[in-house]
Amino acid sequence: MKIYRIHALICAGGQCISAGGDSFEEALKRAIKEKGLEDEIQVVETGCMGSCEKGPMMVIYPEGTLYINLVPEDANEIVEEHFLKGRPIDRLMWKEADGNFPTLDQVPFFALQTKIVLRNCGIIDADSIEEYIAREGYSALAKALTSMSPDQVVDEVKKSGLRGRGGAGFPTGLKWEYAAQTPSEQKYVVTNADEGDPGAYMDRSILEGDPHTIIEGMAIAGYGIGADKGYIYCRAEYPIAVQRMQNAIKKAKKMGLLGKNILGSDFSFDLELRIGAGAFVCGEETALLNSIEGKRGEPNLKPPFPSEKGLFGQPTVINNVETFANIPFIVCEGHEKFKRIGTETNTGTKVFSLAGKVITTGLIEVPLGITLRKIIYDIGGGIPNGKKFKGVLMGGPSGGVVPASMLDTPIDFESLDEIGSMMGSGGMIVMDEDSCMVDIAKYFLEFTVDESCGKCTPCREGTQQMLEILKRISSGKGAEADLAELEKLGETIAVTSLCGLGQSAPNPVLSTMRWFMDEYEAHIKSKKCIANVCDMK
Amino acid sequence: MQKKSLIEKLHDLQKDQKNTNHLPKNEMADIAKESNVSTSKAYGVATFYTMFSVKPRGRHIIRVCENQACHMAGSENVVEALKKHLGINFNETTSDGLFTLEHSSCLGMCSIAPCLMIDEHPYGNLTPSKVVDIIQKMKAGA
Repeated sequence: MKIYRIHALICAGGQCISAGGDSFEEALKRAIKEKGLEDEIQVVETGCMGSCEKGPMMVIYPEGTLYINLVPEDANEIVEEHFLKGRPIDRLMWKEADGNFPTLDQVPFFALQTKIVLRNCGIIDADSIEEYIAREGYSALAKALTSMSPDQVVDEVKKSGLRGRGGAGFPTGLKWEYAAQTPSEQKYVVTNADEGDPGAYMDRSILEGDPHTIIEGMAIAGYGIGADKGYIYCRAEYPIAVQRMQNAIKKAKKMGLLGKNILGSDFSFDLELRIGAGAFVCGEETALLNSIEGKRGEPNLKPPFPSEKGLFGQPTVINNVETFANIPFIVCEGHEKFKRIGTETNTGTKVFSLAGKVITTGLIEVPLGITLRKIIYDIGGGIPNGKKFKGVLMGGPSGGVVPASMLDTPIDFESLDEIGSMMGSGGMIVMDEDSCMVDIAKYFLEFTVDESCGKCTPCREGTQQMLEILKRISSGKGAEADLAELEKLGETIAVTSLCGLGQSAPNPVLSTMRWFMDEYEAHIKSKKCIANVCDMK
Repeated sequence: MQKKSLIEKLHDLQKDQKNTNHLPKNEMADIAKESNVSTSKAYGVATFYTMFSVKPRGRHIIRVCENQACHMAGSENVVEALKKHLGINFNETTSDGLFTLEHSSCLGMCSIAPCLMIDEHPYGNLTPSKVVDIIQKMKAGA
């Protein structure tokens, strides 16, 4: 093994690349070569480091210097000053409000997180299976295959209390148990990587930053339920994720970690990647399964649930990306250790993508039960430009707004439900006093109207009607009776729609009406938009 | 190796049409036949998904994200600059056949909003002048 004096970890997550990280990396490698330092400095491309807004980002080890917002022109200076003379460059470093230059582990944004799912993101080269293995990768699969029965694996997941991270929070172990108990010659394991909620990019970062953890989690599920075939359904909007996932599957097959008789056991498991074609509703599990089969991605009525009758009519476990990323930890470290994180009924962590009006945006992983206040103010650093916090939208178009008065609500599935919001897949959009709640509600309804697949009437027609009313209100033509009508329509759509998309579509409207009725009334009665967003003719 | 699904075949077909990025009628009928489904069924699948097009498009597809985070970060101005520079509206193609402008679902790059994707390349932290610059560079290289 080659020993290097310096390791330069460059974030190659989708956002850093799009912000110009690829050209910076090229320039840095060129500068290193020009100075003849290739044998002393290793440049490593990692997955997402988390603080995406500060990208392109680079961490220099051993000392942990944090460089942010890099451009190609910075490369020569870094090599000459820092790498050759040992003088870090102040103007490019992460600077805290107190004027200090923290290392990665000292920045509150990173230090206050608990990483299970993102344990390798930003640390290893996502394209290297060796680096994943060096971080104990595939040891959970080895443990399961050599020292546990399939029942024991399912039991371990059940005892961990892990709940589905795609939004609904259904106990993962129970889902696996149903599929395991349904007799069939052929069963399937499917990863839902069709992350479509606006404002959510947790799954993309995991797919891009640590693809092997998903493969390992899926193989363990396959062993647990008796499936020898798996599919990852990834949306086409994530080309980098698709490419890294394809590469990871290829390498795992080459090493015998996928395929026949894995690690010399009787267990065989094969994996294929399927790519979406732009349909939000395919994030709904039955629609997704239809799409894998090559059909229109329309949802089916449940029951039967996929664990009984799923892909090609066979018992299928379908879990979200983040759910599978938890599995290696649970199997390796045991359910006891997992349960020590989070709360009694909401164990473990959750990854959120923090976006909107907050000082440090990006990807964070926190123990469940943490409060929103902690996330927004301690980790995110608060609201920029001295503005006032108004609300945070959780769960995208299926979710709801949490107002300032509820900032101390613990983040768990039940507490969020109670206040009319939801965990959702983990998108968190922070809004300040400049956001209009009627406009936000209208915006998300436009989204649902667009994305409704049209199969059932309440979702197809009902959301359209709600949107018409909202358009009236936000253009100053609303009447007081509109509010009651909105509520009635919303409640009807919620109970009568075929799938989760329709059932949750009224949430943003109902929740903004619940907490910000004064804004709706101002639009209707005094024809005034408090935030000055709506065009009141 | 399992045989390809209808959607995968449509993906392949569309990728082959480098200048028009669409699904030509006759080839689609062949795929339907080969997959043992009717042409209308294949058409139904193709038109369900926004990334497939049964009409010819430009050589490059510009997909603009206008979701909440992008909206809040000023995607409207970027869109206006794009429309003006290209001289087209959404779902239209430039007269030289180079660019088609489309809406995209959330690209998941909310921390560097506003963002868009051209073919398979994402761009973030956009401003009206930056986006025009990107298009000009692409034109120069085309």
